Formats: sequence, structure tokens, C-alpha cells
Amino acid sequence: MAKITLSKLRHSYNPKPEGPDDYALKEIDLDWDDGGAYALLGPSGCGKTTLLNIISGLLQPSQGKVLFDDRDVTALPPDKRNIAQVFQFPVIYDTMTVFDNLAFPLRNRGVDEATVGARVHEIAEMLELDDLLTIRAAGLSADNKQKISMGRGLVRKDVNVIMFDEPLTVIDPHLKWKLRSKLKELHQRVRATMIYVTHDQTEALTFADQVVVMKDGEIVQIGTPVELFERPAHTFVGHFIGSPGMNILPCTLRDGQAWFNGQHIETEGPATGDGDAEIGVRPEHISLGSGPLEAEIVKVADVGRHNVVELRLGNSLIKAIVENDVPATGTRVAIGFDPARTRIYRGGRIASQPKERAR
Amino acid sequence: MKKQNQKAWFFVLPVLLLVAFNALIPMMTVVNYSVQETFGNNLFFWEGLGWFEKLLRSERFHAALGRQFMFTGMILAIEVPLGVIIALSMPRSGFWVPVCLVLMALPMLIPWNVVGAMWNIFTLPDIGLLGYLMNHVLGIDYNMTQDPFAAWATIIVMDVWHWTSLVVLLSYAGLVSIPEAYYQAARIDGASNWSVFRHIQLPKMKQVLTIAILLRFMDSFNIYTEPFVLTGGGPGNATTLLSIDLVKIALGQFDLGPAAAMSLIYFVITLFVSWLFYTLMTKDDE
Repeated sequence: MAKITLSKLRHSYNPKPEGPDDYALKEIDLDWDDGGAYALLGPSGCGKTTLLNIISGLLQPSQGKVLFDDRDVTALPPDKRNIAQVFQFPVIYDTMTVFDNLAFPLRNRGVDEATVGARVHEIAEMLELDDLLTIRAAGLSADNKQKISMGRGLVRKDVNVIMFDEPLTVIDPHLKWKLRSKLKELHQRVRATMIYVTHDQTEALTFADQVVVMKDGEIVQIGTPVELFERPAHTFVGHFIGSPGMNILPCTLRDGQAWFNGQHIETEGPATGDGDAEIGVRPEHISLGSGPLEAEIVKVADVGRHNVVELRLGNSLIKAIVENDVPATGTRVAIGFDPARTRIYRGGRIASQPKERAR
Repeated sequence: MKKQNQKAWFFVLPVLLLVAFNALIPMMTVVNYSVQETFGNNLFFWEGLGWFEKLLRSERFHAALGRQFMFTGMILAIEVPLGVIIALSMPRSGFWVPVCLVLMALPMLIPWNVVGAMWNIFTLPDIGLLGYLMNHVLGIDYNMTQDPFAAWATIIVMDVWHWTSLVVLLSYAGLVSIPEAYYQAARIDGASNWSVFRHIQLPKMKQVLTIAILLRFMDSFNIYTEPFVLTGGGPGNATTLLSIDLVKIALGQFDLGPAAAMSLIYFVITLFVSWLFYTLMTKDDE
């Protein structure tokens, strides 16, 4: 196990990159603490898999370094880094039994058979594969195959990090949560550093202690699931996490105060400067029936536990989550934003400072 | 009892007719010949299983069959590993992929008799490129019209040249269908190149290789045109394979009865070996 440091990491698939657009990864500096459960979250094509492959050594970065416990491993091949990776599609060796599949990484490293047997049985028991050990792996279902992939990652005792690249993509929905909680449980048992790549916020938020959100080859925010939800550092995070995502509304700044549609909006705190900016407020933090603004109800969607109400105010569409009954569409209602959870963003980045810190 | 719609049979009829005219009826005439003796003039005498008995005891048939198995065995032993090795070393992406594929496909596009004629000229001792090179540059005595070993070497090299591509292309198709993640996982698991071949590439190629071997077996076991044009079965009977011998009996000696019996035995052997091989190769698959 090790602490992993990424230092000034850049990568381009183009051998002669010209502009920043040619980079799949734009200057990443990041520390992964030993034993942490991390999620790497972002839309398809944001560079998550590239980053993962650089950590595992399948890919050589164009620039920058990868350090395991301050030891430079940038030039080392994957088998010398002592890492494990689970891929999107389960990789199993068709001709082998489940036992041989799990034993494969150990046997390749010349571990003696007695240790191999003990270790494989231990891992198989953890993953509930112990009944299947003598079966040929080819005929198993997708979730069992994926468990074998995970098992091959866990079977080596001293792996520095186990990486999961969207491992639940091909798993049936009703088994997804089961495998996910299994993973969480495994992390608590083996205490290895785990990095979980996904574009699914539910997977990221349930698995990880720390979520790293990426967009266009850059890290936009690192934080706990609560932090990401409560105070997104970037409008992208606000929009990407949450269902529906954060409302991002155009506003004007005067003396650090936000004005939206000619109305002063109270926010968590002032922002510096004047000019155009954006207000960010989550649908969960909008109340209907009272408040300084008036909007027209355009659409109401009952999603089961609550209603998602779409409102029009001037040129903006606002989404609000309402627990109780909603007036009919077409009616005009007063709405208000929870000031402590209303943020100001400029150029996409958070600009408002919470009152405590401002004081 | 539930009444069933029997109209579907009409839709099978065209295929049935087609198969009848191009396979069943010709084959039944062969069966008909195989149990009779004829001296022409449409006069037939019942012979029973006599031709079969004689043939199965005939040394000439044993020799031709032996040569046939030797030929097929040798070309399979060369073409399959060679084809797999070439497929493994071909690029998986980029500019050279189409170039390699076209180069590989070229020999297969040439008609059999042209291949035979090409190699015939190619190996002529005094004017052929290969013949001249061997005899006059390298100083190796090479004349396949006189030396059985040279004749054998030539028909085998010719078949390897003509048909290894089939194995290559099929293996290559199997190889490129392996997702990159398998190789990545194997690298992370610390697998050696041999392990990657043994546990990833070979199992994924198994099905296409089965088809490739089956096709190469049937084709080479029934081969006629190329060796006929190249060596004519000679020198002596050295390269007289089953089909060449069959044609000699049927058309050269006009012994229709023995030739028909031989055709049937020939057919049954091909069918049996193909069936056996396919069954063995696929018995593990669910």
C-alpha cells in the first residue's frame, strides 16, 4: 500500500501537441492518501481512463511524474508497480477454472502453491465465490466474472492501489447495488487504496470518501460527497452532481451583491468585483410560496418521492424540488432561495465567500 | 391433436430441388456405377461390393491414400503454425493493416490452374526463376520432374504459398476481436508473452482456427488442379495424390466402377475426418 502522488502530469495522444486542446490531461497535481476510497467522476471523454492508465502504467504520460510513496515509478511497466485494475468488461481467462483465474497473478510472480491456495480461498470466501472455484470461468454470469476480475486484483496482498474502471457497466441493475456494497465492504476489510472511475454520480457518491471530479482533462473539485453537493466549487460540479442539477442563473454583481432579474438575491456571502456572474442554487434549496421572486409554473414532474417543478422567470428556467402538493401549471407563485446555500459563480468558478470567512 | 400448418414444406422445396440436382442425383449415379461393371455401350453387369473390396485391398489405393494423408498432414503442420505466427506479427492498427491484408489475400485470388502453371514455369531448371537460382547460382541439383523429393517439396511450398493466407486472415480476425483490456489485465497480472498467447489469444482464436483447419483439411485432401498442372502426379507416381489417381482410373483407364467406388470411399474419409475433428474441437463449448 502506498500514497500516490501525481506531479505536474500532462498527457496528449497526439505526439506533437500544439494547443491545450490537444491534451487529454491538462496539468494534474494530486495526492491519493494510503488506504483511501476515491472516486474519479466525470463525463465520458474527460480523461478519467487516461489518468487511470497512467497510474497503472499502461500509458506513459507525456509530461510529469507518478510517485508511489515518493518513489518515482513513471517509467515502470504495470507488473512492476504492483497495482491492480478492474476493467469495464470483465476480463477472465476462459480456459481456466475460477481457482486458476484467481491464482494467475500469484503464480506469475512465483508464489508457492500453498500460499496461493490459502490466499485464493480467502479471497473467494470474501467475494462469495467459494462454491464456484472448480468451475470453468467461461460459463459464469457477468457479475460473477466481474467478481473474478476484482478477486485477481485483491489476491495479491501488497498491492499499492486497486483501480476500477467503470466496473459495473455490464452488470444487471439489480445486482449493481449488491456489488457496490460488496466493494465498500471489501475496502473496509483490506484497507487498500482504491480508485473507482465512473460517470455515474450515485456510484461515485456511495463508494467514495473523496470524490475527484474531472472535466475536459482537468480536476474541477476534490471533496467529500457532502461537500460536492453542498458547495460545488464549479458550476460543472453543481450541474453534474444532483438530480436535477444545480440551477445556474445569470446575474449582475454590484458591490459584491448579486442581482437577478432586477431583484437583489441574498447569497451565502459577498463576491468581489462587479459585472456579469452566475447564481447557483440547488433545486432542493428553493422554496415555493414565499420569497422575493415570482415565477410561473411550466411543468410538474412527479418522480415518486417528490415533485420536480419547472418554473419560468424572465428568460430563465428554474427547477425546484417540492415535497408537498404543487399548484397547477400556469399559476404564478412566489419563490425564494435559501440564502446560506445560494452561491455566486464567476467564469464557472465559485466567487462568493461564506459569511464566516468574509468577516 | 393440434392441427399443424404443413405449408412450410413448400418453402423448403426449391432448396431441396437444388440440392437434389447438384448433389444427390450425381451422387446416386456414382453409387450406381460403384456396384456395377461396364464395358461401354450402356451395358452393365452387377458387381455388388466387389469394387470396394478390391479397392480396399489394392496397394495402389493404399499408396495414394498414404500420400494424400502425408500431403495434408504436412501442409497443415506448416500452414497452421505459420499462419498463426504471421497473424500475431501483423499490425493491429494503422496504415500497414490494409497493406498487409491485401498482400495476404493476393495468392488466394489466383485460380488453381494458374497457380500450378506459374509454379511450373517458376521451377523450370534452366529458365524458371527458382529453378535457375537453385541449379546455376546456388549449385543445388533441383529438378522436380526427376527427383521425387524436389517434387514433394515444390507442391508443399506451393500450397503453403497459396493457402497460408487463409489461416492468417482467419486468425487475424480472431485476434483483432480481443478487447484491449485483456492484454492490459494480463500485463497487470504479470503474465508472460507465452501466457498471453496460451490463455488469451489461443482460446479466442480457437473457433476461427477450427474453421481454418477444417477448410484447409477438406481443400487439401481434395486437391487436384495444382499438383496435376505442376507435376502431373510424377515423377513416376511420387506425387499421385488420391484425386489424381482417381481421375487416372476414371478417365485414363475408363474404369467407371472402381473409380466410383473409390470416389465414395474418398468422400466418406473426408466426411468422417471433418466430423471427428469438428466434434472434438467443439465438445467443450456450451
